[in-house]
Amino acid sequence: MTEKRFPNPFEIQAPAGAEGWRELYPYSVTFSEERREYEENRFWFWDSMHWGTAMTPWDSHFFETAIATLSQMNSRHYRIPPADGIDFRVLNGYAYLSPVAVDPSKIEARVPEFMERAGHYFANWDSLYQSWLVKVKDSIGEIEALNFSPLPEMEELSIITEGTALGSGHRMLSDYNRFKDLIVQVWQYHFEFLNLGYAAYLDFFGFCKEAFPSIPDLGIAKMVAGVEVDLFRPNEELKLLAKKAIDLGIQRAFDDPENVNLASAAGIEWQAAWDEASDPWFNFTSGNGFYHFDEIWREHTAVPYAFIKDYIAKIEAGDDISRPIDAIQAERDRIVEEYRDLLATDEDREAFDGKLGLARTVFPYVENHNFYIEHWTMSVVWRKVRELGATLAKDGLLSADDDLLFLRLSEVDEVLWDYYTNWAVNAPTASKAHWAPTIERRRGIHQKLKGWQAPKALGEPPEVITEPFTIMLWGITTDSVSTWLGGDDDVEGVITGMAASPGTVEGLARLVFSPADVGEIQDGEILVAPITAPSWAPVFPKIQACVTDIGGMMSHAAIVCREYSVPAVTGTGFGTDKIKTGDRIRVDGSSGTVTILD
Amino acid sequence: MCEACPIIDWADELPTIRSFTARKVAADMTDNIVWFDRYDRDKHKAFVGGKNSSLGEMMMAELPVPPGFAITTNAYEVMWSDAALVDDINELLRSIDHDDYAANIATAGQIRARIESVPIADAVVADITDAYAALCQHCGVDNLPVAVRSSATAEDLPDASFAGQQDTYLWIQGADSVVDHVRRCWSSLFTDRAIAYRHSMGYLHDSIAMSVGVQKMIDPVAAGVAFTLNPTNGDRSQVAIDSSWGLGEAVVSGEVTPDNFLVDKVLREVVKREISDKAIEYRLTDAGTVDKVEIETERRTSASVTDDQLIGIAMLARRSEKHYGCPQDVEWAVDRHLPEGENIVMLQSRPETVWSQKAVSPIRKNSGDVMESIVSTLVSPLHTKK
Repeated sequence: MTEKRFPNPFEIQAPAGAEGWRELYPYSVTFSEERREYEENRFWFWDSMHWGTAMTPWDSHFFETAIATLSQMNSRHYRIPPADGIDFRVLNGYAYLSPVAVDPSKIEARVPEFMERAGHYFANWDSLYQSWLVKVKDSIGEIEALNFSPLPEMEELSIITEGTALGSGHRMLSDYNRFKDLIVQVWQYHFEFLNLGYAAYLDFFGFCKEAFPSIPDLGIAKMVAGVEVDLFRPNEELKLLAKKAIDLGIQRAFDDPENVNLASAAGIEWQAAWDEASDPWFNFTSGNGFYHFDEIWREHTAVPYAFIKDYIAKIEAGDDISRPIDAIQAERDRIVEEYRDLLATDEDREAFDGKLGLARTVFPYVENHNFYIEHWTMSVVWRKVRELGATLAKDGLLSADDDLLFLRLSEVDEVLWDYYTNWAVNAPTASKAHWAPTIERRRGIHQKLKGWQAPKALGEPPEVITEPFTIMLWGITTDSVSTWLGGDDDVEGVITGMAASPGTVEGLARLVFSPADVGEIQDGEILVAPITAPSWAPVFPKIQACVTDIGGMMSHAAIVCREYSVPAVTGTGFGTDKIKTGDRIRVDGSSGTVTILD
Repeated sequence: MCEACPIIDWADELPTIRSFTARKVAADMTDNIVWFDRYDRDKHKAFVGGKNSSLGEMMMAELPVPPGFAITTNAYEVMWSDAALVDDINELLRSIDHDDYAANIATAGQIRARIESVPIADAVVADITDAYAALCQHCGVDNLPVAVRSSATAEDLPDASFAGQQDTYLWIQGADSVVDHVRRCWSSLFTDRAIAYRHSMGYLHDSIAMSVGVQKMIDPVAAGVAFTLNPTNGDRSQVAIDSSWGLGEAVVSGEVTPDNFLVDKVLREVVKREISDKAIEYRLTDAGTVDKVEIETERRTSASVTDDQLIGIAMLARRSEKHYGCPQDVEWAVDRHLPEGENIVMLQSRPETVWSQKAVSPIRKNSGDVMESIVSTLVSPLHTKK
């Protein structure tokens, strides 16, 4: 097994018809001869958890932004002693990551720097978090206010009477630049607290593992998890709307979620309640916010309407669909009290109290940032991308609304320059014909890339994985890398992963590869997916269990499964390769095994 | 006789035996009977032996122990007021040559036969008969089947169970039979092994007295033991449970490889299960005997307890651990006739000895300093284990 290594990124061929794929991405994120030795000797894993399919240039931009801002906090802001950033590459359109460890001789020197910087955040967490909420909401407001509407025939008279002189073309250029700035800005906010939050959680986690060598990860997570979390709000709002539909007597309007008629007086009243909830709560994507095709509830109402239909059916069947907040709270208190009671010494209890206290202080951020950034902010960001694309198509700069997605951001600068200058001159633009063949070619390439099966990992397997965030967020450990390498040595029909949510059930598997397929899940089936998103929450009452290819204890699937008491095994690596829809499988979420029965 | 060991000279130590009569149990029951449900450690512990006092403690802690009573060491002591018996036993003990193992088996047999032939004092017989009748009435069953167990007292000896070689008789019915088996428990102090053990340890034969427990017999579907920690790593958040079909004797004696489970006592989940092939079980038969029988094929490799029962056993073990304030080693059974949810009974609970004797020290030095602790968590890859 030690002889084995993952494919060399330099030996991997492009899929037929996609040979020119590099033109979709900045040269700096592809594997390159200039740094070949560095790249070949590293371990790279495919982040299928966040980027499960081939990326367009804009998808890739958010990938690059996210990983760079994560890295920046580790390496330059907080000086995480053993971990610099996570290096990132695009190969055949897929996202690969490689944790960068700090030279062991330099770790010691970073400790006081880390203690001062991280210490400040831990000591002032609550007030910093309150400011964070303001900053993020301000940024969202600023993005929403960006104006990408078509340039006018004539400027408003106020430009003249107020003597501002600055026209709409300049505003468009300026807003596009501001848009790019704001994207990097909000992603810095995303990671402002996250890495530190994980560090505090890991400290409590490590303490619990020492005190109770067999404690399951979810036992620790349950002690820390919040009871009322913003991330669960969208789903709770759907339940309230389902109840309101029944109260108003319009529940049958949701029988066909694709065609919901709300024209009646009651329907209008319900619509008002929907509108009230939808900003911000239905700025909620059925994906993970990183892809242009992720469907946002506010815009694709069939998705939430289908969930409302399910909730209506449950209420009518006499089910109580409300979250038992008091019971959840009492259970959390009981678990904490029992572990505390089982500790051997008072000194341990004191340490336990301190660490649990800090973990709980940081955790609202860890749980909620996902709603604020991935869902809310990214919903607004993608809306703006679509708005700009539609404007450029409307005014003849590009052929179709979604052409924009196939241009790199720097290329969009050139299109906007063409747009502005020729609007100013009132003369023909050159962009449409210039970019048409390129966009056509790139569409074809992207299509081919989507059919490519990306390897789980590339390069040299690491001796040991120590980068805390790789372990915590991606669930990638020394063990799981060994499993990937030795995939064929496994027991026939048995797949192992992380014991993410306890319980054992048997049932029929349903493979779901994209949010669009979520609707196919039948009552009592077992969901098998590369990764799930929080917006799938309403399907969890329907399914018996959940199996994912990738994800650690803090992955979306793990959090949601625990919340809904559905057995889950995450981070199986190969689940979707080995299991087929209709297979009868047994999921043991306590031991982390999935058995294919027949 | 062993000249080198005057310490075992029974005759020299007789006064010690006789002095037992000076100690009386509380008058609220009788000198000879202590009910488990009125057990008082301060008053009774010295007179009912380790096993019975443990049952009394459990019952007073409202753990589900089958009802019953202890026959105190006072009753045992009354037997030794027969001077002829004392002389005969001393003579037989003196005749023992500790190197002649085969001969000693015969001698031990003679000692026990002599003890079992002694008529029990009328007052003691009356107390036992009354108590048995009361238990029958309590359970609403005539001729209630009971378990009769020896429970040695040896306050100064750490290993009283070995020194006493305790016996258990199951499925005993009727007052006469109970009385008969009480006497057998008394005589069980004089098996060849018990005599040899006391000899090798240098214990006096009269340093031990015998109480006897009489307890409603349960009819176990399955039974076994539970440790309130994980014996492989000492993790106190788990309960390890061994279980097999039928009476617990099969597990305790090691005649079957039991099913083995780990239950998370905080999350209340079964986290590990190993189902083994269980060839035999001890069962109560319709004829009122305990038989060793082969288990039919499909049941051999089936789990002997359900998940709900495992959680129930773990919760009971945890209650016992909380009551005693230290990790416990518990014997339990699932009764065939009691309703589901109330059918788990505890038969015994004693301190766990292996992990409990390890020195207790805090998990990490300075772990109270959060920043230093976070640094050490980040730098030392504890979590690389997974």
